[in-house]
Amino acid sequence: MAKQLIKGNEAVVKGAILAGCRAFFGYPITPASEIAEAAAYYFPQVGGVFLQAESEIASIYMLYGAASAGIRAMTASSSPGISLKMEGISYLAGAELPCVIVDIVRGGPGLGNIAPSQGDYHQIVKGGGHGEYKLITLAPNCAQEMCDLTMLAFELADKYRNPAVVMADGFIGQMMEPVEFPQPVSSFPDKPWALRGEDADQFRLITSIDLEPEGLERHVLHLQEKYAQAEREEVRFEEYQTEDAEVILVGYGIVSRLLHSTVDEARAKGLRVGLLRPITLWPFPSRRITELATRVSAFMVVELSNGQMVEDVRLAVAGKVPVWFYGRMGGVVPSVEEILRVLRQQIEV
Amino acid sequence: MAEMVLRKSPSFYDVYERKPGAIKYQTHYCPGCGHGILHKLIAEAMDELGIRDRTILISPVGCSVFAYYYFRCGNVQVAHGRAPAVATGIKRALPHSIVISYQGDGDLAAIGGNEILHAANRGERITVFFVNNAIYGMTGGQMAPTTLVGQKTTTTPFGRRAEMEGPPLRVAELLASLESPVYIERVALTTPKNIARARKAVRKALSVQMQDLGFSLVEVLSACPSGWKMTPVDSIRWIDEVMTRYFPLGVFRDRTAEAKPMPLPKISYDLDSLLEKLEIPSGEAEGVIASPVPHPRYANPRIKIAGFGGQGILLLGQALAEAGMTAGYRVSWLPSYGPEMRGGTANCHVILSDSRIGSPLVSRPSVLIAMNRPSLDRFEPEVESGGLILYDSSLIDRPVTRRDVEVLAIPATSMADELGNTRAANMVILGSYVAYTGVVEREHLTHILPKVIKRKQLIDLNERAIARGYEYALMHRTAAST
Repeated sequence: MAKQLIKGNEAVVKGAILAGCRAFFGYPITPASEIAEAAAYYFPQVGGVFLQAESEIASIYMLYGAASAGIRAMTASSSPGISLKMEGISYLAGAELPCVIVDIVRGGPGLGNIAPSQGDYHQIVKGGGHGEYKLITLAPNCAQEMCDLTMLAFELADKYRNPAVVMADGFIGQMMEPVEFPQPVSSFPDKPWALRGEDADQFRLITSIDLEPEGLERHVLHLQEKYAQAEREEVRFEEYQTEDAEVILVGYGIVSRLLHSTVDEARAKGLRVGLLRPITLWPFPSRRITELATRVSAFMVVELSNGQMVEDVRLAVAGKVPVWFYGRMGGVVPSVEEILRVLRQQIEV
Repeated sequence: MAEMVLRKSPSFYDVYERKPGAIKYQTHYCPGCGHGILHKLIAEAMDELGIRDRTILISPVGCSVFAYYYFRCGNVQVAHGRAPAVATGIKRALPHSIVISYQGDGDLAAIGGNEILHAANRGERITVFFVNNAIYGMTGGQMAPTTLVGQKTTTTPFGRRAEMEGPPLRVAELLASLESPVYIERVALTTPKNIARARKAVRKALSVQMQDLGFSLVEVLSACPSGWKMTPVDSIRWIDEVMTRYFPLGVFRDRTAEAKPMPLPKISYDLDSLLEKLEIPSGEAEGVIASPVPHPRYANPRIKIAGFGGQGILLLGQALAEAGMTAGYRVSWLPSYGPEMRGGTANCHVILSDSRIGSPLVSRPSVLIAMNRPSLDRFEPEVESGGLILYDSSLIDRPVTRRDVEVLAIPATSMADELGNTRAANMVILGSYVAYTGVVEREHLTHILPKVIKRKQLIDLNERAIARGYEYALMHRTAAST
């Protein structure tokens, strides 16, 4: 199909509709507002629902309602808004409701700023809400993936009856790139658990409560089984020049693109450097990192944060080789030259 | 003689299988509690109205958290206060369903104050049964927003004080001040007469939803003998003698006669013309037009474009990216960030590349297009050695000082003024840049112009501006090379 030059945030909306999403519940926040705006424009035209909620909290619970009804539905926000949604996200995970949440991460903590950041890794990947749950987390690094991974998020959410998050930053959301949109999805999985407003509903209950400790433990163990399956089947990552690499750079989202350029520049200077880019932040490509740790001399993790994903890399490396970290915060995005300089300093030490 | 059979409503489950423990035929409610009575009124209304099969009941947090043990219909259990938002999501997804939000006073009037206010104001086609027993029952008798002044609870051990905790919230009156609600009534589960009135109100509230008229709410004054530490009989008396003085019974809103049905649109999965509606270009990829071969020094440009907001900086960049895409390049376009977006200066980063684009951020541009003095001052030092600077010499009153870069000064704004529209200066520069470097062909620009210029009547002007810039650059390129 022909390509379209389009903002990542808009590609999310078109991808969602192509994936069969027909309800969007939003609340304005920079730098995610384009998603709600595009949704407000397109959803009603394709027979879907767009509703601007009174709060982030209301929007996540409207999503809970629509997901209970078995339709593909979504919301989008940015970091402080996602913090507000966390209560509902825990309920969604507990009640096993599939849905998609897009987080265009901005600088924090607090009001922070609206510049690109990856400071939400902990809140999304480790669970900002209460209880023992996981969120399938996809990290696109271009406009094409804003479409593709949003569509995948709907598939995975349905497959696991679990919320899935597309986590990007303001760069990926607001940059324009060519996108080739796929054909719309026309077949959807059955949801025999969903409420339909029909007589069979009397046997169905959407809930996250179980006052019996043994009962709740059984439920939580059931969730853990799903998560174990996702860890076996859904890990996605991309490697570049890792075959003969001595140092492997690890980064996701916008950072992975900086690191891609860094690998090229480093190779041009004779440094054997490669890139591992997690596409799924959860489930995390831990096993692959553990394998690589047996044959490389170091990893360098670069994040737009104080060092959050680096914890998962260190867990996977388990002390076998050094794991260096370089992070910029507050919306500062490092240049390729800067990353290369840090890399050379680390190698020389 | 006919035998009279008393049986419970078929809108209740025969056996309460979801209820843990051995007792599967009784509710978990305390003796004298109003929830049981209200449950019965709702179930009987569901029977009478014939809506049980399409009813979805939302159980809140509070004593009625387990309402789903009892009602034989679709059941959803939700977080404290959020039932109206969940109800909204369900109703929008399933417009044919009858959605009931069953909430207590802490749930609805305290933590869920925002959700109920806005659901009512949107006129959601849902029915809310609001149980006001002036206390938090489930958590053990703490103060509710509806606790009366002077009433002792575990968190107002000396009695509620209006000047410190505020006076009790009158929800029915508050919501009746909004325009959208169709029907709001306050009833009490006390005497047979009052219960009969409550029965009518429950039925009416549900029929409002059945007719798609809008939002309906019944506030139900209900006893909590355990929380109030009274006998059930005293509790009933307390409602009638004390509570109703502050919470008068009656209809606070009834627009059922004049309200028009407003059915919600059904969700559609019609794929017919979906791509057109999404404005996704259909068909095969467009053929790449006459692939350009620019001089190596201009190939794979990393461009920074900067100027005042309103000069069409972002549009210039977008046009370049579109043209590059049409010419077969990998492209990226990144707008500037921060307060710069709100007036003042604007800039964007554009990359056209034969290979995969790493960082879309241009920190060392090979091309700078500066359309005002501050932009030139700020970004001139960033341009890589051997790079190219194009600037609007009708607005920038100083020459470029760098000696290691190529420079093209274009009186773009003056030329645009001659064409009759200052705002076409960006297109003059675009034409110049393309002519000077050959990075794309002129026909690429012609091809993409309708995509980036939304107002059709401006396309001709922009084409002429591109042409002026194009000719100007060709002239100056020749001059420079000789």
